[in-house]
Amino acid sequence: MDAIVSIRNMTVDFDQGHRFVRALHGISLDVGRGETVGIVGESGCGKSITWLAALGLLGKRARVGGRVMMGSKSLLDLDENGLADIRGGKIAMIFQDPSSSLNPVHRIGRQIGEALRLHRGLRGGAAKAEAKRLLDRVGISNAAQRLNEYPHELSGGMNQRVMIAMALAGEPEVLIADEPTTALDVTIQAQILDLLRELSADNEMALVLISHDLGVVADMTERVAVMYCGRIIEQAATDALFSRPVHPYTRGLIAALPDIVGPKRRLASIPGTVPPPDRLPPGCSFAPRCARADQACRDSQPELAGIGGQGHDVSCLHATELAMTAMREAASNEMERA
Amino acid sequence: MNAADKPLLSVTNLKRHYDVRLPGGLFGTPATLKAVDGISFEIMKGKTLGLVGESGCGKSTTAKLVLGHIPVTAGEIRFDGETVTANHNAQWRAMRRRMQMIYQDPLGALDRRLSVADQIGEPIQIHAPETPKAERDERVASLMANVGLRRDMADRFPHELSGGQRQRVVIARALSLKPDLLVGDEPVSALDVSIQAQVLNLLDDLRQSTGFTALFISHDLKVVRQMSDRVAVMYLGRIVESGAPEEVFRRPQHPYTQALVSAIPTIRRSAVSNRIVLKGDPPNPVNAPSGCPFHTRCPAAIAQCKSEVPALLETAGHKVACHLVNNAPAGAGIAAE
Repeated sequence: MDAIVSIRNMTVDFDQGHRFVRALHGISLDVGRGETVGIVGESGCGKSITWLAALGLLGKRARVGGRVMMGSKSLLDLDENGLADIRGGKIAMIFQDPSSSLNPVHRIGRQIGEALRLHRGLRGGAAKAEAKRLLDRVGISNAAQRLNEYPHELSGGMNQRVMIAMALAGEPEVLIADEPTTALDVTIQAQILDLLRELSADNEMALVLISHDLGVVADMTERVAVMYCGRIIEQAATDALFSRPVHPYTRGLIAALPDIVGPKRRLASIPGTVPPPDRLPPGCSFAPRCARADQACRDSQPELAGIGGQGHDVSCLHATELAMTAMREAASNEMERA
Repeated sequence: MNAADKPLLSVTNLKRHYDVRLPGGLFGTPATLKAVDGISFEIMKGKTLGLVGESGCGKSTTAKLVLGHIPVTAGEIRFDGETVTANHNAQWRAMRRRMQMIYQDPLGALDRRLSVADQIGEPIQIHAPETPKAERDERVASLMANVGLRRDMADRFPHELSGGQRQRVVIARALSLKPDLLVGDEPVSALDVSIQAQVLNLLDDLRQSTGFTALFISHDLKVVRQMSDRVAVMYLGRIVESGAPEEVFRRPQHPYTQALVSAIPTIRRSAVSNRIVLKGDPPNPVNAPSGCPFHTRCPAAIAQCKSEVPALLETAGHKVACHLVNNAPAGAGIAAE
């Protein structure tokens, strides 16, 4: 698979005035052409920071290490002008809260027009026609009239569609969607997810979906990376990850989700809380919350390593043993369903 | 014990309308926003009713009405036989200490300048000032233990706690007066998955040990199913379907509930194939459609839906407000399983 963006060993340290605190501990991730990749994890695990750092959006207080390659370009070495071409052009990003990403005092048409002027050099009538086409494309009815409206005149779901239209303005090769539906209602979420799915299939655009919602990621993506405390702790094809989760944290997250079908059961919660980035335990950062942790786990940080091929990587000293358990469980679930 | 057969809370034909002004004319045109438009439900002692619906459907307004925070436009709320009013007099205050609330955002619900122990002890100080300090401290310590807060956290301030710990403080404070009714408005929506499970289990345990009755409001159907004995689905100020969660979520009858259930993303892939995606946004409650409020988005709407408001009719404990379901010959629901 040819990777369109490839992140290698990326680290991020934040300047706290008197010292640096490491928020990202060496992330390596490839996104293939047209691929949909999910990144899941709880708040503070570094899932958003990874992409903000790659696009140089973290500001001066962050020190970013490692490499981010897009074709032959190294994004971390680009100056502001070089980055400006990438952002919105090759890689577009949409965020959780559309109403705070849109400018409240400008009409929708002008905001989309700005993106078209910057990235495609379109002006005047051509820009307006293209803006209308984009609004049609993202499923906004009555597009010509909407161009003259302000963000507060549209609903949250509509505004998110406008954000997606703006992201599409630069005809990006990669769309990073950071919790794109978290602020929306379930029925509107279903609409936006359908739209994203359709767009990524049509345009051969790669989609990176950052979400805390395992359900959304399972629905949308081909491959998933699970993050915890600034590291990827497991990554695999989506089907494999959800049917045979190996890392105790992934397994814990899945067990902690209430179901909508099947018998009601007591939720299996993960004890404790996520440690703050400046107070990570030595060794595996999940060890204090993990039922399987032993002395070895508390002493050394396990590497992300493949188990049983097919691109299933896990960072756990007990991976082999847990993989066997996962296989057995998957088989018995399969039996139950049959 | 026959106390269990009596409803602790019963709400009859509850309405809350707001006068608003729409753009147009020099001072705008007056209009009525029907936030809650004629809902009725009962919660039996020791049971939990889950209220689900999307933003703006009136579920939080219902919570405020039930607690007497805002006056009703029409209808009646009875708590343990007495009418709940929004006159904040001695009678209301006596009632209010038996009804407590948990909000979505724990940081907003806590006083940033009070330590954890003071936060939890404050309701006791206000509602039972005669309690000696030693006894109050003891109650606070036992509440902290019950919600899983360590003793050494007593002197900490809200900003020093994690989101899950803050929500535990809010829960401990709500339980400090041993309330009969607990109203939770999205109590776990701001929490991460692993912490959410901890708090849901905690609420479940506390309910078993203290036996409180609960009104549990959430937009998350999975969470509501986990917590409730009965659920009611709201749409634009009305209850469109109610019943046991197994029944309502497994065999939803109302087209809105069907869409809602099918739209939940799950980690089981099969759900994608038969997803119902509704067109458009929920209508603005200020000019709610005539007839069935859902007919503008309903894939199965018929002419009758535009003119007549469907009644919430019951078959075997499962209530549905839909002409298509209610017109259908008995036993033949419009939905296949």
